Amino acid sequence: MKVLNLIRLALLALQRNKLRAVLTMLGIIIGVAAVITIGAIGAGSTASVHNSLSSMGSNLIMVMPNSNAPGGARLQGANVETLTEKDLTALKKEATYINAISPSSQSKGQAINGSLNWPTTIEGVNQDYLAIKNISLRDGKMFSDRDVHTYGKVCLLGQTVVDNIFPKGVDPVGKIIRFKKIPFQVIGILNKKGQNTFGQDQDDIILAPYTTVQKRIIASIYFGSFNASAKSENLSQAAADEMEKILRKTHRLRSTEDNDFTVRTQAELIQTLSSITTLLTALLTAIAAISLVIGGIGIMNIMYVSVTERTKEIGLRMAIGARGRDILSQFLTEAILISVTGGLIGILIGETLAFVIANALKWEPIIDKASIMEAFGFCTLIGVFFGYYPALKASRLDPIEALRYE
Amino acid sequence: MKKILELHDITREFQMGSEIVRALKGVSFDVFAGEFVTIMGSSGSGKTTLLNTLGCLDKPSSGNYLLDGVSVRERSRDELAKLRNEKIGFVFQAYNLLPRTTALENVELPLFYNPTVTAADRRERAAAALNAVKLGDRMNHLPNEMSGGQQQRVAIARALVNEPVMILADEATGNLDTRTSYEIMALMQDLNQSHGKTIVFVTHEPDIAAFSSRTITLRDGRVVKDQVNQQVRSAKEMLAALPQTEDYHV
Repeated sequence: MKVLNLIRLALLALQRNKLRAVLTMLGIIIGVAAVITIGAIGAGSTASVHNSLSSMGSNLIMVMPNSNAPGGARLQGANVETLTEKDLTALKKEATYINAISPSSQSKGQAINGSLNWPTTIEGVNQDYLAIKNISLRDGKMFSDRDVHTYGKVCLLGQTVVDNIFPKGVDPVGKIIRFKKIPFQVIGILNKKGQNTFGQDQDDIILAPYTTVQKRIIASIYFGSFNASAKSENLSQAAADEMEKILRKTHRLRSTEDNDFTVRTQAELIQTLSSITTLLTALLTAIAAISLVIGGIGIMNIMYVSVTERTKEIGLRMAIGARGRDILSQFLTEAILISVTGGLIGILIGETLAFVIANALKWEPIIDKASIMEAFGFCTLIGVFFGYYPALKASRLDPIEALRYE
Repeated sequence: MKKILELHDITREFQMGSEIVRALKGVSFDVFAGEFVTIMGSSGSGKTTLLNTLGCLDKPSSGNYLLDGVSVRERSRDELAKLRNEKIGFVFQAYNLLPRTTALENVELPLFYNPTVTAADRRERAAAALNAVKLGDRMNHLPNEMSGGQQQRVAIARALVNEPVMILADEATGNLDTRTSYEIMALMQDLNQSHGKTIVFVTHEPDIAAFSSRTITLRDGRVVKDQVNQQVRSAKEMLAALPQTEDYHV
């Protein structure tokens, strides 16, 4: 029989029992809506983690000192002194997969402006740091190469520091503040970045030339870390491997020795965090999928009742020329129509819910075409799977007995 | 004259537990195109079994049955369905219309199982069949909005729509009162005489048999009488002769 005829016959049969068809659909509707909503929330939270980490630079590579002492007391990374100017020069010269690299030396202390003071962190970096970390300037300018060479007493302030040591309405650019008794001239203000994924305030910072911080504040020739940016996110791993090789060479490490530093890529971190949310999403989706299967069982139940109730109709159809396979395909089509229609409504409701939730949580609403297609395909499968057995039962009825059935 | 039905020594046996029931014990007769045959018999005479055999719903245990020149015995289930669709129009005692489905859609039903008929054709032919039974103005009525007689006429239209070689009626007036029965018989006679339709009508009422041109009587699985009616009564005249009633208006 032609597909169009089948659909027409199935529609005629379904509209004879609208309420029942709708109630049967409800199971599928709820199941699909749940799967879609949870899937979208999962994708949204993954994207939100990804976004906030990417805002620090998705191609960011960090190098931290590390103790490779095989025994004895292990020191905290920050107290290990292995990264030097020599490393920086080597990396700048030899690493081909990176755009830029900046050292970082940090120190905590009190920032003071007149009667106002604020505990914060000063970070010594070079002029490439802003580009590497995706930070932009709100006002003023970045310090120059010359400032780095001359241990210039200039700094850039994060918004939190500005808010705490400058009264409202005062332009900090050009003013002098003090950090650990050393006067710094403010030459720029950083744009607000907000909290990072871990709840740390990224605006509570003062940036200064690393030479200044090393020489005038912490009196050390070692760096706390390096930040570099790979040429693209895809090249992160290659860049990290290359940097590791270069550092092993400059540190004269033998092949049997462990690294005395650690190279981490932001991509790696994003992946780790994403995999957690992905796992959670998969778990919740699986639970929602169970309700979809229960909806399918509902279809099977109703189809069984329907076959019994319509035995006489089946007998008549057979008498006027329906073959077993015509009856089979009709009942199968009815089951598929119920599940697919339910699926479509479910997708609509699910997407609406996902949209509302994404709006409420201020995420980018994500409409995943693949998940829609999957839900659609899954519904068809459910219709076939749970509709087949009742339909088969109907197709095997004896027309004589079916016609006499009361 | 063309033979529509040919039955040669048809037997049908059923296994009932350990017992074998012989419902038909060698039935032979031919029906020619344009005949109006009633098959009579009390219950247990093998009437229903014969009807199922004639309608290609069942196959004989032995003997040969040819429907419009096609032998039925060696046909598969699907081939029988095709035969029923193309060659037989069923009319049942209980009408067997699909509930909550319009007259037109009910009449269209057999054409859905005929792959050569297009959708537009289907509608047109169903409408024509309904016009032939004078229900052209009730096409979009549901069965529960129609009287028994009207429902049976829809069923007759459904039997006509595939242009079968034979209309096979099973106690088609059994659920109807006298007046409506006569109306249905008048319609049957009209289809037979004016349109040349071959009709096989199974009934147990001698009253109804009098409208046909030939009566075959069964008893205990055998044909005991097969006679041509010399005086066929006209259902139309009988209907006119009935006293006017105020029970209902057609």
